[in-house]
Amino acid sequence: MTIKVEHELHERRKGRNVGLGLILVAFIGIVFGLTVVKVTQLGEAQQFERFDHVARPQIIPAEDGGSN
Amino acid sequence: MSDVSVETGTYEAKMGDYFALLKPRVMSLVIFTALVGMLVAPVPVHPFVGFVAILCIAVGAGASGALNMWWDADIDAKMKRTVGRPIPSGRVQPGEALGIGLALSGFSVVLLALATNFFAAGLLAFTIFFYAVIYSMWLKRSTPQNIVIGGAAGAFPPMVGWAVATGGASIESVLMFALIFMWTPPHFWSLALFVKTDYGDAGVPMLNVTHGTRSTRNHILVYTFLLAPVAIGLGFTSIGGPIYLATAVVMNAWFLKGAYKVWKRDDADAEADKFKAERAVFKTSLYYLFAHFVALLVEGILRTTGAGGVA
Repeated sequence: MTIKVEHELHERRKGRNVGLGLILVAFIGIVFGLTVVKVTQLGEAQQFERFDHVARPQIIPAEDGGSN
Repeated sequence: MSDVSVETGTYEAKMGDYFALLKPRVMSLVIFTALVGMLVAPVPVHPFVGFVAILCIAVGAGASGALNMWWDADIDAKMKRTVGRPIPSGRVQPGEALGIGLALSGFSVVLLALATNFFAAGLLAFTIFFYAVIYSMWLKRSTPQNIVIGGAAGAFPPMVGWAVATGGASIESVLMFALIFMWTPPHFWSLALFVKTDYGDAGVPMLNVTHGTRSTRNHILVYTFLLAPVAIGLGFTSIGGPIYLATAVVMNAWFLKGAYKVWKRDDADAEADKFKAERAVFKTSLYYLFAHFVALLVEGILRTTGAGGVA
């Protein structure tokens, strides 16, 4: 049996597949857009860096033993 | 031999058939009232977050519409108005509608929670539950007051919009809810008076069928009376103002006048002039709701630009 790349089903469902594709692209856009908005609303970028759970001496004020 | 075991020759649902499950016309009212609820709130919302929030509310409303069509497929098949819907016409399988309804419900609530706050998301989840379970599954087939309590589902969107901005509820958002809640019965019953429906054949108890048109006319007048203080009262809260108050007074007087006219008539009068007064009061009800929310929006814009507001 030969492998058929194109099946009649693909043609029949083309509209649905394209529609679903567009919805998924829109979903990616929404999640990306929300991420950009949420991150930029954090204000100071250092606030965001503190969430990486790794000791970062450069963002700790010098009086607390850090290098900043 | 086919390499894919799918029946050929049967109807293949199009994207539009799935979209029709979401009741796009109902969705437009939801979008409008939720948008006003969000924009008149005292807390500004980032435009993109606002857009996503309204999208979530619209998708949530659509999801409850799909669940409603799944549950009501049997009665939809018996009524002329609904027989062309995707499930009774065989374009979409009931299981597909259930799957889409549940998936979109979860999707819209979770995304709204992530984009805005848990209160707004919880309220949206409750709205979907109310429409799909309380209204569709329980009240619609069991009481002629189905429209009254079911109307709450359509009244929640401005509250959700307000919650998106503020993270809570307040007298303003409760009154916006009450405005739509009290408006729904006279709006729907005036339509029921002049549109020949086959709800009776489908086993759905509608007030004009179970209690007669006299009782329906009484109900329209009483609800329109009860609606007026709610609508005008909203004008004295922080989102009201002179433009809203003037709109509310004029629109309520117009609606009450129409409801009184409908109440005074009987079926013989109505049939003599082809339900002129009933049609007029239904049309008024459409302008009524639109005018109130546009007035709220105008007051909100004037407040934001520092140009008006008395409260």
